[in-house]
Amino acid sequence: MTPAPLLRALAARARAAAHARSSACPCGAATLADRPDGIVVRHADTVAKAHPPDSDPAELAGRLTLATRLPGILLPPLDPTPLALHGRLVTFWPYGAPVDPDDPDAAPWEAAATLLARLHRTPAPRGLPPMRGPAKAARAVARLREAGPHPAAASVLRAWATLPPWARAEAPMPHTSTLCHGDLHLGQLVRRPADGPWLLIDVDDLGTGVPAWDLARPAAWYACGLLPPEEWNRFLAAYREAGGPAVPVEGDPWPALDVTARALTAQTAARAVAKAVAAGRPLDEVEQSVVDACDRMATVPPQLAQEHTK
Amino acid sequence: MQCPKCRAPMHTYNRNGVQIEQCSGCRGIFLDYGELESLTRLEAQWSQPAPPPPAAPQAYPAPPAPAWGAPHGGHGHHGHHGHHRSKSFGHMLFSS
Repeated sequence: MTPAPLLRALAARARAAAHARSSACPCGAATLADRPDGIVVRHADTVAKAHPPDSDPAELAGRLTLATRLPGILLPPLDPTPLALHGRLVTFWPYGAPVDPDDPDAAPWEAAATLLARLHRTPAPRGLPPMRGPAKAARAVARLREAGPHPAAASVLRAWATLPPWARAEAPMPHTSTLCHGDLHLGQLVRRPADGPWLLIDVDDLGTGVPAWDLARPAAWYACGLLPPEEWNRFLAAYREAGGPAVPVEGDPWPALDVTARALTAQTAARAVAKAVAAGRPLDEVEQSVVDACDRMATVPPQLAQEHTK
Repeated sequence: MQCPKCRAPMHTYNRNGVQIEQCSGCRGIFLDYGELESLTRLEAQWSQPAPPPPAAPQAYPAPPAPAWGAPHGGHGHHGHHGHHRSKSFGHMLFSS
């Protein structure tokens, strides 16, 4: 839980930033997210985000600069320079309307895929740090190990063990020239204005790396039987249509996606099991289907990604 | 006739043309030779599925899926996903 002084200070800063932007502020305030890795507070049209405690100031600055330079792909911050507040780095953003979590049928699969393809095709600026996807997956697995015993933990760890070292953040990524988001899910898309085009948010994991990582969550949901084939097809087709380099233009995309989809499946299962242990509750049906996929994964060696024409 | 188990009187019923005796006491059922087979045959005819409707035309072929994928995931079994489109599924697509 966030210490109250930080949350209060963040809310006050959001209010001040909102009032600096508009003299007629309706003063609507809300906490949008309060997690150990990021607190997001909204005041009217302005959002303040406290970045994770371990954020590197230079790396965050590079990521914010990039968001400023790619306004058609990433939501640009109000100011590319973070503010230090109660030991955390804080940034300010215009509010964007999110995807409705209660209406998966309205998910903007084509927009998400097209934005990723455009991001992946953008030359990465020099000095940008690696994308943090594998590091986050490794952290989820570390938390599972610390969470205490659970019958499903062994399945998740066996699935994790099938991955090559780079996907477990134990070695550098094999390709580090492509610009990647690093943590794509449907909460990472907003529209601003609310009827305007979709944009990606959350630069904390942005960097260079293996672009298939950004396709891996939808791929994992599809492989686990959670995402219908039609929606996966829409996402994949739009990504290919927009010239995305993570998968071959046609044919079976799985040789290019297998490792990253396994990694995201293991990460998702690790989070689910750790949460279930902490809450002392059983896995729900959706969480169980991700653990079941880990079980099957341990018996099938990973497909080798073949080099393909980009 | 009398029930061979509890000695209560048995009554005869007709089920789809098959005569069966049921005990009025313990509700046990007595089948003559061949009657079980007749009932099984009738049941098979009853539960035999109607001819499958023609497959709905697909805009794309079913996309490939990995070997570790869900048994029905990614093989065009459209009905399978309905029960997963629950609230928790929706929310899983939103968390990192």
